[in-house]
Amino acid sequence: MEGLGVFGQAVLVVFLGGVVGLFYRGLDRKIAARMQARVGPPLRQPFLDLGKLLVKETVIPKTAVAWLFSAAPFLALLASFTALLYLPLGPFGPVLEGHGDAILVLYLLAVPALAMALGGFASGSPLGVVGAQRELVMLMSYEFPLAVVLVAVAWRLSTFGLAPAFSLGTMAAHPLWASLGPLGVIGLAVLFVVLLVVTPAELAKIPFDIPEAETEIAGGLFAEYSGTYLALFYLADAVRTLVMAGLVVAIFVPYGIAGALGLSGAAAAAVDFFFWLFKVFFVMAAAVTTVRVGMARLKVDQIAQGFWLWGTAVALGGLLLLVLDKVVMG
Amino acid sequence: MDPKNPEKDRQYGGLGEVFAVPIGPIHPALKEPIRLTFHVRGERIVGVEIRTGFAHRGIEFMGMRQGRNLIQVLYLAERICGICSISHPIAFTQAVERAAGIEVPPRAQYIRVIISELERIHSHLLWAGVAAHELGFDTLLHLTWRVREKVLDILEELTGNRINYAIPIFGGVRRDITPEQYPKVWEMIRYYRGLLEQLLDAFLRDPTVEARTRGVGILEPKEAEELCAVGPTARASGLKKDVRQDRPYLAYPDFEVKAITPEDYGLTPMGDVFDKIVVRLLEVGQSLEIIEKALENMPEGEITSFPKIPALLAHLKKAEGEGLGWHEAPRGEVIHYVRLVSGEESPLVWKVKAPTYSNLLSWYPMFEDQEVADIPIIAACIDPCICCMDRVYLVRNGREETWTKEELLRLSWEKTRRMRRWRA
Repeated sequence: MEGLGVFGQAVLVVFLGGVVGLFYRGLDRKIAARMQARVGPPLRQPFLDLGKLLVKETVIPKTAVAWLFSAAPFLALLASFTALLYLPLGPFGPVLEGHGDAILVLYLLAVPALAMALGGFASGSPLGVVGAQRELVMLMSYEFPLAVVLVAVAWRLSTFGLAPAFSLGTMAAHPLWASLGPLGVIGLAVLFVVLLVVTPAELAKIPFDIPEAETEIAGGLFAEYSGTYLALFYLADAVRTLVMAGLVVAIFVPYGIAGALGLSGAAAAAVDFFFWLFKVFFVMAAAVTTVRVGMARLKVDQIAQGFWLWGTAVALGGLLLLVLDKVVMG
Repeated sequence: MDPKNPEKDRQYGGLGEVFAVPIGPIHPALKEPIRLTFHVRGERIVGVEIRTGFAHRGIEFMGMRQGRNLIQVLYLAERICGICSISHPIAFTQAVERAAGIEVPPRAQYIRVIISELERIHSHLLWAGVAAHELGFDTLLHLTWRVREKVLDILEELTGNRINYAIPIFGGVRRDITPEQYPKVWEMIRYYRGLLEQLLDAFLRDPTVEARTRGVGILEPKEAEELCAVGPTARASGLKKDVRQDRPYLAYPDFEVKAITPEDYGLTPMGDVFDKIVVRLLEVGQSLEIIEKALENMPEGEITSFPKIPALLAHLKKAEGEGLGWHEAPRGEVIHYVRLVSGEESPLVWKVKAPTYSNLLSWYPMFEDQEVADIPIIAACIDPCICCMDRVYLVRNGREETWTKEELLRLSWEKTRRMRRWRA
């Protein structure tokens, strides 16, 4: 990958990210179907869906703010793909290593949600407006625990004198588990769980799918979107799933297996890359697929209260344990 | 404040703009066309308007005016609704039997009871799945509907159809339950017995289901009584109201049916959505008991008092009089009124009152001060059957009209006078 130059690498990662994201969406649907005792769609269904949406007519409602309504899907897709470029991909470092850190990724993950809310407000439909309000409430609720997790990990890394501590590349290169005392390991595990709980909320999947809530507000944010714009949102969602799962992997389980297998060179990179893909898939299946199959949709006040009180309290508890660990370990 | 519409603001009071969120006539939360316009402030519902009439097909008119004989009208009655496709024929046949003085042999009464209790099981399971879907819990929907297949298979085995069973006919039933079919029905009863505990567990002990249904859509017992709620909607509020208990018909006196309320599950009735789930799931168990008893005590004998259809038609053509038929449908009390005149093949009057018609008004107190997120489950919790309910729709010169009770009363007096003159 090194021979390609940054631009070539970016094009490759964006292309592969789209394909893998859609393929994982297919896996997600298939596994969910099997859990619900259904046959489920074929694995290539997301590609077919995307292709179909791309050839369909794109309607812009008369009551919509047309430029904002049209800009939102592009914004969401661009932000999702850009976040992908800051993600360590198993054995390979982030494509844009050194051009931005975990805080930027945090914002890039929030941009698609904001773009969807803007699109919802601009759609001129009451259902879209209700969905957009819900999206913003959700965003405000889960961003704080998410930020606490990232800050806690980065702070502990910096205490070991590792710099730049806020870089996802540094986080992935130096997993904290082995270098912490028992209190720190418990604290880190707590933060791991918080991040896993935030993952479906970030991706607006059941039980946190309230901005779309098909039976309540008929797709909410997306109620007025169709054709190409809907396809862009669909792709952005698939890529975001990949980014979110990749973030969990990069911070908490960045380990490879090539060293244990005694491989080196290109073979090691290939094995570790596929192992990384598997880890990302596993995180998605555990945090998104299983959860969305096993729960009912919550209400917006229940989610806000849950994240503001419990999510934040637990995340701060994890941070406190890391601090105590630092005090004890010196 | 809503500067453009101060009237609306005064009406609802408080701060913040009031939005009108239309739900329906076509909406994913609704299985049938009806329009609910919600006035919401943020996520709170401050008012609701209900507009019906989208599923009106003029079935009673077709039965009364177009020269159909009563057996043909029976087919129409069956097609008022797919899910209540035994409830309407049972009420209709009873009404005609009372009007024409026809006796129903005991075995036929037992078969009618068995089929209608099977329908209750399938309808309640269908509702439970829909409720789970409205809550966004699709896994529960798929699992509930998978176990529902068993009762549909038994209905197909006994009647030939999964829905629209075509079993009751005036004076009896059209098909007997044969000795080979008994073991299959017993097997189904055992299957659901084992499953009921799991279903109760899946619905009532799930924290997310409880979080979404406890304290949501409350219908106070007093409101339920005043608004004439029927069926599980009333029973969930603690009213012991069940036509099978209050005015037993067919073979129901033999089974001593007791109205099921949440108290039977050790809960104090709150009248919320959770209680409605409790009542419906417990009624599945009650129906199993009734079918069990009916199979055990099934009397021998004829299944109809008119084996020959021409003889039946001739008798009905001569009949003169009026009759009321009622039945506890899965959604509550359904009533058919029929008036026959001798020499006419069609009924002179045929009036249907479906349970949803009585339950519709209980939506108003239930929606009061709830959240937008609760709309689908509250709308679904009375198990609305719009095609049963849409019996009248007024259009004059292309405009819809609403008539009050007094106007309707005046109109019906005028109609009666006209009919007397016409008969004289």
